[in-house]
Amino acid sequence: MSDDSAPVLRADGPTETDERPALRAEALVKTHYGEGAPAHAVRGVDLSVRRGEFVAVTGPSGAGKSTLLHLLGGLQRPDSGGIWLDGECADRWSEARWSVERRKRIGIVFQFFNLVSNLSVADNVELPALLAGVPPKRARAERTELLAELGLTGKERSMPGELSGGEQQRVALARALVNRPPLLLADEPAGSLDSKGTREVMRLLSRFHQRGQTIVLVTHDARLASAADRVISFFDGRIADDAELDAGPPPRRAGTSGVLELELRD
Amino acid sequence: MRLPLLALLARGPAHGYELKQDLEVLLGSAYPQPNVGQIYVTLGRLEKSGLIEGEDVEQSSRPNKKVYHLTDAGREALRAWFEETEDEPRVRDEFFMKLAVAPQTGLADQIALINKQRRQYLNTMRQLSKLAAAEDRDNRIAHLLIEGAMLHLQADLDWLERCQEELEELE
Repeated sequence: MSDDSAPVLRADGPTETDERPALRAEALVKTHYGEGAPAHAVRGVDLSVRRGEFVAVTGPSGAGKSTLLHLLGGLQRPDSGGIWLDGECADRWSEARWSVERRKRIGIVFQFFNLVSNLSVADNVELPALLAGVPPKRARAERTELLAELGLTGKERSMPGELSGGEQQRVALARALVNRPPLLLADEPAGSLDSKGTREVMRLLSRFHQRGQTIVLVTHDARLASAADRVISFFDGRIADDAELDAGPPPRRAGTSGVLELELRD
Repeated sequence: MRLPLLALLARGPAHGYELKQDLEVLLGSAYPQPNVGQIYVTLGRLEKSGLIEGEDVEQSSRPNKKVYHLTDAGREALRAWFEETEDEPRVRDEFFMKLAVAPQTGLADQIALINKQRRQYLNTMRQLSKLAAAEDRDNRIAHLLIEGAMLHLQADLDWLERCQEELEELE
């Protein structure tokens, strides 16, 4: 591991009045005990995510990256180590408290969408708002706005099973964001989509990120990961590398980037 | 650049600057464009070898321009080009060589090499995503070019992952 990967606040970030990281984890450990030998999924992870940062975690399947994301969202509990959300220690939170936070402060999208199959698109999106105590009228307004934003106007009455994978993932994204959570966790959100669906998810994550959404994305897809500001390579339960990607503007002039070179033989 | 220029001329006669513009439109902004000088030099060589013929066309307020057309020999050369298949890219890889010999030198760590190379690939991937976003949506050829480069990179990244898995086990 290189020594510039220490999970500390970076001086070159935007100056903020409040510098508490959106998310912080310290010495996280999680071992799965099933049949056979214990699986050391997460073996001592320190991580800090600034507000507004878009972090991708990549690595081979079985490296423990999904377990890491589940720990960060309280879907699983670590064997040891601590998690802070917005500076607040979550170590003693009950299951019930985590459920509340997953409605208010943490939005999550999964590979297989996890929509409620016998609820309409509109109800799927409104449900977390209503559960969080938002008045029905406002829940409806938020839902309408998000579905429009995600290009799903007209699909309100559809059932999830009638939609394409890409559309279902957009509904899941709307559901995750309906309560405007400061943190979005995404677990292989394009894992079951074709390349068009993948591009769509990528475009939407980038758009929400540009508006200030903090995102932690787990993916094995490098195209998706390259939309992030920072990519963490996860191997065998540990962070193997933690790299900021270039932030420069897109190259404008034809070919000056030198990114692409077709060999035109002479 | 010889054969792409011949291919553009298979459609009908054109002058050098037209050919440059056609290439730009066809391949999109992602493709590093040859400058007009390179194009004129190549056209000169093609004419010398009998694959195209040029004809001076007078212009009232400007110097004459030369309009080229494909000869039968040029058409034959194009046919032969389409007939051949191309070598696979990346059969030899400089990075692989570094990885293979690093342990014997004591000068570089394999995992550090992999991490460094991965950063490079990820940054390239990011630039490609930006190029794709900036490219005209309707230019399918340009998008396919970028997508091809991204798929190659994804394969390179997957391979780096394999290297890391294998080599870390040895440690």
